[in-house]
Amino acid sequence: MRAADVPYEKITAKTFPKGQDSLASGHRACQGCGEVLALRLLLKALGTDFIAVSATGCMEVCTGTFPQSAWRMPWLHVAFENAAAVASGVESACHVLRKKGKLPDKRFPVVAVAGDGGTADIGLQALSGALERYHRDFIYVCLDNEAYMNTGIQRSSETPFGANTTTSPVGKDSQGQNTWKKNMPAIAAAHGIPYVATASPAFHLDMMNKIRRAAAIEGPAYIHVYAPCPTGWRMKPELAVESSRLVVNSKVFPLYEVLDGHYVMNRKVEKPIPVADYIKPQGRFRHLKQEDIEKIQQRVDLEYDKIVRLSEAFPV
Amino acid sequence: MANKPIGIEVSLAVAEAVKLCDTDVVAAYPITPQTHIVEHLSELVADGHLDAAYIPVESEHSAMSSCIGSSAAGARTFTATSSQGLALMNEMIYIAPVLRTPIVLAVANRALSAPINIWNDHSDIMSVRDAGWIAVFAENGQEALDLTIMSFRIGEHPEVRLPVSMNIDGFTLSHFIEPILIPEKSQVDAFLPPFETDIKLDLKNPMSMGLLGSPETYTEVKKATDDILLGSQKIIEQVFAEFEKVFGRKYNPVETYRHEDAETIILTMGSISETAMTAVDEMREKGRKVGLVRIRLWRPLPVKQLQAALGKAETVAVVDRHVVMGVPEGPVALEVKSLLYGTPNAPKVCNFILGLGGRDVRRADFKYIAERAQALAKDGQNRFEIVGVYE
Repeated sequence: MRAADVPYEKITAKTFPKGQDSLASGHRACQGCGEVLALRLLLKALGTDFIAVSATGCMEVCTGTFPQSAWRMPWLHVAFENAAAVASGVESACHVLRKKGKLPDKRFPVVAVAGDGGTADIGLQALSGALERYHRDFIYVCLDNEAYMNTGIQRSSETPFGANTTTSPVGKDSQGQNTWKKNMPAIAAAHGIPYVATASPAFHLDMMNKIRRAAAIEGPAYIHVYAPCPTGWRMKPELAVESSRLVVNSKVFPLYEVLDGHYVMNRKVEKPIPVADYIKPQGRFRHLKQEDIEKIQQRVDLEYDKIVRLSEAFPV
Repeated sequence: MANKPIGIEVSLAVAEAVKLCDTDVVAAYPITPQTHIVEHLSELVADGHLDAAYIPVESEHSAMSSCIGSSAAGARTFTATSSQGLALMNEMIYIAPVLRTPIVLAVANRALSAPINIWNDHSDIMSVRDAGWIAVFAENGQEALDLTIMSFRIGEHPEVRLPVSMNIDGFTLSHFIEPILIPEKSQVDAFLPPFETDIKLDLKNPMSMGLLGSPETYTEVKKATDDILLGSQKIIEQVFAEFEKVFGRKYNPVETYRHEDAETIILTMGSISETAMTAVDEMREKGRKVGLVRIRLWRPLPVKQLQAALGKAETVAVVDRHVVMGVPEGPVALEVKSLLYGTPNAPKVCNFILGLGGRDVRRADFKYIAERAQALAKDGQNRFEIVGVYE
């Protein structure tokens, strides 16, 4: 069956899952954390009938210090760079145990969760291997807060151009990060997997439905989630949701899906707000000059246009 | 089949053992000289002889990561590696014991780079000696097969639940065709129960594995892991005894050969021990009181058995297959000295580094070190020598 035709139970405002969260409250995330918000909603969409694997990072540290754990489903953390490989092992084990009658004959997803550093930098090899090997019940979620926040705001390959971090500092000869953000969804899609999606917590139903869809589809899925970090971005803690709305409406982070290589633009931005309005509340961009912002605007327009054209050229 | 040995390459025999154990998951990455093991395993899976998931991972780091995930999910799990592969696994090697994942890892021992060298010594496994794994060394092909089967039984034992490395010398053992008795499946089934554990990722009983350990708990976790590893020796000896009952072959943590009245004892690990036995016989024929002690169980270190086996000798010539850089002592010698220190009439310990990077270890080498040990022991100063260095 085509990935686009795989049925799944859609969440609407009316059918929003009730009851307790799959990720318990009382964790140690920073005030206003957009990443833990995204994680909580993603997990809630799946309930507790799945196995979660975490990479080392903010979400792992703030949810699980022995003897406490916020995870209500079976959860495994091993190290930083290998969530995809660990999840591969869990998925393969469950598959074979099911086949041998040692587990009930009912599929459930194995969900690997990692940050941008654990995905796009140190974990890229393990992720590529896992996607290429085509594990059946494998979902990989990248919660992208655009730097190594757990270790103190160091730049990653997902840090956007111009951002001030502790290892891409602004100085006499530096305007902050001097490279463009690595395009992880495109890299994931290049593996020919059935499902790739981007999501932002401001569009929470869209985000939750994407992980539901990923769980329904047989084969590896990759979901790249925008995860605002007020602490690391030098932004007011109440602005995480607003920021995750602006990032979509400014075309900086388009919401789209790739189903068997076919592109769907989930949210066409007819009247985009200027990139300047998106970056303004974030202290990490405070130093940027008008010409830098124009350069970013051009790049954003180009990248957004590529997705639009792909969705027109290769529709579902 | 069961009462008649067949000629089979040792690597293939190890793979056959993994098959006989109904292994659920194999995650592996190719590296010489381990490759024949996993090649044969993938054939067995492809031909339907082994109902397992074979995960062709993209690195050894991911191999061990996948194995940890698989074992944590409750599956019987196997992998194999050598040298650089084990070095790349290193980070994961330290995590597996604490997560109580009883993975079985066959290591076809090979020298670590640099210079790059594909041949045998023990530098790979010595680099992970402190990690918390049970480690056994096979002398020959039959032992490699038997120890593979026993490794699952030991590691998965409810009082152990630790990963096990089963070491075979790369090429000099792994690639040899030897007469090996392949057991009947029914024998293995009688010896090895299915893997059952309550420490696992289970939807019905969700638990969090791999939580952060704060300064208030880290020490306790380390102590608990060490206690379990030290305590595993009792279980290992029980498993050896059970194995003898089913298969008729006797195993001990430490093996001895003509050591009772020996003035000089050569201490070895792995396949060079067979050459050493021949050398001992030849020296005995000439009236020299030389014996051999072989360490089969390297972790946990069988301290009492070694003290008993070595204690009566005048001199012990410890053979090491790895150089501890910056210290005039190999890893085995360091530990042997430590366990003999303070015992009454402790023998003098000399240390010889042999067979690095595939340098041939001959009978003449053992004769040389037996003689040299006596001379060095008298000298009292330098008791360490890297043997056969071309100057």
